[in-house]
Amino acid sequence: MTDKLTRKPFILRNPSILVVLAVLSVFTLAVTLLSQAYGSGVIPTSTVKVLGKTLCLALAAVAMDLVWGYLGILSLGQMAFFALGGYLIGQWLMYARTEAIVAASLAGNPIPPTPAELQEGVANQIFGVVGSADLPLVWAFAHSLPIQLALVLAVPGLLALAFGWLAFRSRVNGVYLSILTQAMTLALALWLFQNDNGFRGNNGLSGLQNIPGLDEVDQATLSVWFLWASALALGLAYVLAAWVVSGKFGSVVRAIRDDETRVRFLGYPVEGFKLVVFTLAAIITAIAGALYYPQAGIINPAELMPIASIYLAVWVAIGGRGRLYGAIVGAVVVSLLSSWFTGGRAPSIHLPGYTVNWVDWWQVALGLSFVLVTLFAPKGIAGIVDRLGGILSPRRHGRDLGPDQGALQEQEARA
Amino acid sequence: MIRPLIVLVLSLLFALPAAANPALRAVIDANLDQIEKPSRRTVEPLVADLAATGPEGLALLSAWADRSLGVTEDGRLLIVRGDAATDAVTGQPVPGADPRMLRPNSGVRGVIESALVANEISSPDPARRAAALARIARDGTADHLAALRAAPPEKDPALAAQRDRATSLLAIRFDPDPASRVAAIESMAGDVGLDFRAVLNPLLATTRIAAADEPADANVARELSIGGDFPREAAVALLTGQGVLQPRLTPADQRNALAASIVDGTAGGVPVADLSDPAARDRAYEALEATGTVPPAATDAEADAAIEANRFFEIYAEPDRAVTDAARAAERGAQVRLAAMAGIDLGLDALSMASIYFLAAIGLAVTFGVMRVINMAHGEFIMMGAYTGYTVQTLIADRTLSLVVALPLAFAVTFGAGVVLYRLVIRHLARRPLETLLATFGVSIALQQLAKNIFGTQARPLTAPAWLEGAITVNDVISISSIRVAIFVLALLFLGLFLFIMKRTRLGLEVRAVTQDPGMAASMGINPDRIAMMTFGLGSGIAGIAGVAIGLFAQVTSELGQHYIVQSFMTVVVGGVGTIWGTLAGAGLIGGLSKVIEALNPANALAAQTFMILFIIIFIQFRPRGIIPQRGRAAEA
Amino acid sequence: MSALLEVDGISVSFDGFRAINNLSFSIGDAELRAVIGPNGAGKTTFMDIVTGKTRPDSGDVKWGTPPKSLLRLNEARIAREGVGRKFQRPTVFEDQSVADNLTMALKADRSPFAVLGWRPSRASATRVADLASEVGLADHLPRKAGELSHGQKQWLEIGMLLAQEPRLLLVDEPAAGMTLAEREQTTALLVRLARTRAVIVVEHDMDFVRRLNCKVTVLHQGSVLAEGSLDHVTRNPDVIDVYLGR
Repeated sequence: MTDKLTRKPFILRNPSILVVLAVLSVFTLAVTLLSQAYGSGVIPTSTVKVLGKTLCLALAAVAMDLVWGYLGILSLGQMAFFALGGYLIGQWLMYARTEAIVAASLAGNPIPPTPAELQEGVANQIFGVVGSADLPLVWAFAHSLPIQLALVLAVPGLLALAFGWLAFRSRVNGVYLSILTQAMTLALALWLFQNDNGFRGNNGLSGLQNIPGLDEVDQATLSVWFLWASALALGLAYVLAAWVVSGKFGSVVRAIRDDETRVRFLGYPVEGFKLVVFTLAAIITAIAGALYYPQAGIINPAELMPIASIYLAVWVAIGGRGRLYGAIVGAVVVSLLSSWFTGGRAPSIHLPGYTVNWVDWWQVALGLSFVLVTLFAPKGIAGIVDRLGGILSPRRHGRDLGPDQGALQEQEARA
Repeated sequence: MIRPLIVLVLSLLFALPAAANPALRAVIDANLDQIEKPSRRTVEPLVADLAATGPEGLALLSAWADRSLGVTEDGRLLIVRGDAATDAVTGQPVPGADPRMLRPNSGVRGVIESALVANEISSPDPARRAAALARIARDGTADHLAALRAAPPEKDPALAAQRDRATSLLAIRFDPDPASRVAAIESMAGDVGLDFRAVLNPLLATTRIAAADEPADANVARELSIGGDFPREAAVALLTGQGVLQPRLTPADQRNALAASIVDGTAGGVPVADLSDPAARDRAYEALEATGTVPPAATDAEADAAIEANRFFEIYAEPDRAVTDAARAAERGAQVRLAAMAGIDLGLDALSMASIYFLAAIGLAVTFGVMRVINMAHGEFIMMGAYTGYTVQTLIADRTLSLVVALPLAFAVTFGAGVVLYRLVIRHLARRPLETLLATFGVSIALQQLAKNIFGTQARPLTAPAWLEGAITVNDVISISSIRVAIFVLALLFLGLFLFIMKRTRLGLEVRAVTQDPGMAASMGINPDRIAMMTFGLGSGIAGIAGVAIGLFAQVTSELGQHYIVQSFMTVVVGGVGTIWGTLAGAGLIGGLSKVIEALNPANALAAQTFMILFIIIFIQFRPRGIIPQRGRAAEA
Repeated sequence: MSALLEVDGISVSFDGFRAINNLSFSIGDAELRAVIGPNGAGKTTFMDIVTGKTRPDSGDVKWGTPPKSLLRLNEARIAREGVGRKFQRPTVFEDQSVADNLTMALKADRSPFAVLGWRPSRASATRVADLASEVGLADHLPRKAGELSHGQKQWLEIGMLLAQEPRLLLVDEPAAGMTLAEREQTTALLVRLARTRAVIVVEHDMDFVRRLNCKVTVLHQGSVLAEGSLDHVTRNPDVIDVYLGR
């Protein structure tokens, strides 16, 4: 009996990890072999980029699942962290690249430029579009890749920490907390929309697909490199997330989701656990963003309007909450379907008297299918997998039928 | 040769009996070329001369100003009204004349009109006196002041007040006697009219000077010290501008000067390759300066010395100290009253903003209070209401009638939509708030896209009836647009209606019962499902009406609801769930706050919204259950 | 006798209703105490205050030696101080196995990073197994808690309380929903537990209280009406008036 409790290797207790890692490796290998840079060229570079971006979205979805599926906080602000990651890496990409361009153009002058002149030229290039020529304070470290990379982790992490501390401390939860996270995202988006804050207003940051120092590497090769990086990040984050939600920590986190008050009476500092998971998820999401935007090439504040975070929730819900692979499946399936349908490549349906053009009707279909999933398949695609695998959790919530031992409900659960 | 002769005969024939005006004739004869080709700058004495010749001169001027004055080939001036022409000097009709019409430019016409005004002041016709006063108020001159003072007493009290005001304003500007200027300023102290402030401003205009000692003859406003609003750079620029200091060397000048002096790969003895270092550039420039190749530039030390040697003053352009003191006192008084009035105006703005949020949020609060679910499609119900209003307006041309039809129709449409949403979705997700949130979000994106498919992506206008256009203006500062007043009234109406339903009707009683304890209510024979459906419908219906109201001043697009939904959530959360007063308080706080933040930082509406949301996040820290929380043990659950 | 918990003149009101009115109460290190009282006497609110769920309007709650106030601590801190609470309705984590439930309750460092680094050891596994057999759930360790019967959930919750190793146990109507045999088992367990720690039992069932054979505190309208042995209090005319007499 006790052997059930003693340790088995972590990976063996979570077979889904091996499956996910295997699928991810096969997928990455296949795309590499079919890419233009390293293989037959069946898959065009733009598609490689779409796939790489999809992996980043899946990574964000894994983080969302940690927060929502396991911790029970429906955060409608995850994409704020995603976009922050993108902005922070974008700062270096844009600065370093502009610096190279400005240096090249100033090299034609009779006397070499001073550092101040160089910086002025860069600032002019980057901020001319918002009518400014000074380098804002928030760009102070933009010249340094290591510092910006550290900021990719630190800024979203600290934001999540500060916001989470405020929100959890005052015991805001449920719908309130969701609305509050949405408000935080909206505030950040509105702030970024301003021209005078140093992030170029609604122009956002652009030209991020060109990696400074890698000018001789073509986009076809870069796209595959980023695919590898995204797959690696997804794999690592998956293992990390699976490790976090396994064991006692995972137990406590799921217990907080189901009955926060009871966990408090067990003596666990609920706020601390929430903060750890929320911050970890924010950091993972920021990494996803930092990998996504160099593949997308451009980032602007519209990316973090609340709607984007809600889509993330939609993916996780459709894929299946509380199952990490469900988040990946949901993100991949729905985002790829979305881009297929809205890309205009899906064939229209000709009805008598009306032609259903998917560009116009996909959103409607997505919205309604989302309602249907919530109503009829609350566990999403992963729920179907569970059913096939026979992992049924009991439906024993609510009041018991009576005080006697062996009440009806037990048989119900077995049935 | 024949024609002038005939004209002459005719004119003699008709003109002789009339009293010709020899003075006018003399002026015309002397200045005919100027009358034909007047110049804005030189025409003033001529106009004054013409005006001085009496009624005929004035008639001529007024004709000249409204482009009814023509000149014949023999140099007579004719006033042409319709088809008839009369001689300007004699007043005799001149049949069959074909004068060349004069077209003075607007500058000249301004001069003429201003000269005419002085006489109009004394006109027996009140309408003309009023017009004249309005004109003086627009751009008065020193002459007007004299004319106003010389004019006979005004009998109409309203016009008399206007005239006094105009006289005082002109006196402040043009009276040669400082004492009477001061008196005029003091007589208007406390006034907040734009015109008064416009008169005061030039009196208080200052220039900055640098001097070794306080200038004895100037009206000094204050002495400046470096720092604050007078940084060191400003002092340096002032000194440079006065020629006390050599211009400072800008980096660009330095670079260009160095680039121009490169000889054999060095500039000023420094290798070009080293010039990326600012210190090396300075060395090179100094070397060049020493050889005289480049102009000397002020060093930091020189600038410091110059600043040390000088004092800096702000000097009034107005030389008279008594006048500036009085003006400053009046300005200060005006500022205080202005601030108070701006506060009132802000309050009105905030009130209308709060009404909008209240209308948008009340439905949300009702459903959240009763069912603990957030309806993310609430914003889309607002949008549906607005589109209903638009559709009705395309069918019914009369704006008032269409509005009367649209309001109940919007309620009916969104009530129906709410009931359908409840029956199909929300009922099945009872007590699962997060799932409801997501499912209704799905409905929200579907509805948004549907609206795009049906109405297109461009904004649709929903025009208010004429009686709702315009604004209620109290004075230059306080005004509020009629639509916003109407929305405020609408919000009050709904507050009353809602209170009536909740406190006085069976439905309200049942709703309150279900809110407190659904199980108990059910055992009392109340059907919680039906009550929930009704409240959901009611909340959605109010959203529809809010949509029509919002559509009246905002563009109707498929994203209309999205602009209000987050604010509506905030209103509900901040106000506290479960009471209508909470929603009211939340709407008041959020409406007021957003207006106050906007007023503090008017240039940046986005920043205002950001700060407001941050404030709310902080606010929730201290009042997690909102301003008016639900109390008692029920709230603990 | 040094008091483990001393409640000193607390009052609390909800919307003007005084749920607790100047209540004073104390219990020693190893003592069994039954708290009885009619509905609305303030029994549950009293437990809420001790466990930090509700803050009193006035008064103080002192804990341990040297005495320190519990009022400044949150629920989790109070639980870590050694106050365990069993709710009226069994509250276990239904989605997790019996073993997970017990493991979570085991006395150990509760801080997030300590929990993250925590790995099951032979000792912890043995302890979980022992607890499970103590509450009769030894055969049910891998089952999900949600599949258990009502009584088994009660037992699981008691097992979780034991795993916490509290110094003070607050038990709210433990006998509700139990069979006669289970009641006897519960009585025995509570009496045994009270040898090493303080146990406060809130109960309606007079037979159950009688079987506990301990000092009884009668609450009425938020304050202590009588205190003493069950026989003593049942003879008290006030008590008969408000509670037994109906």
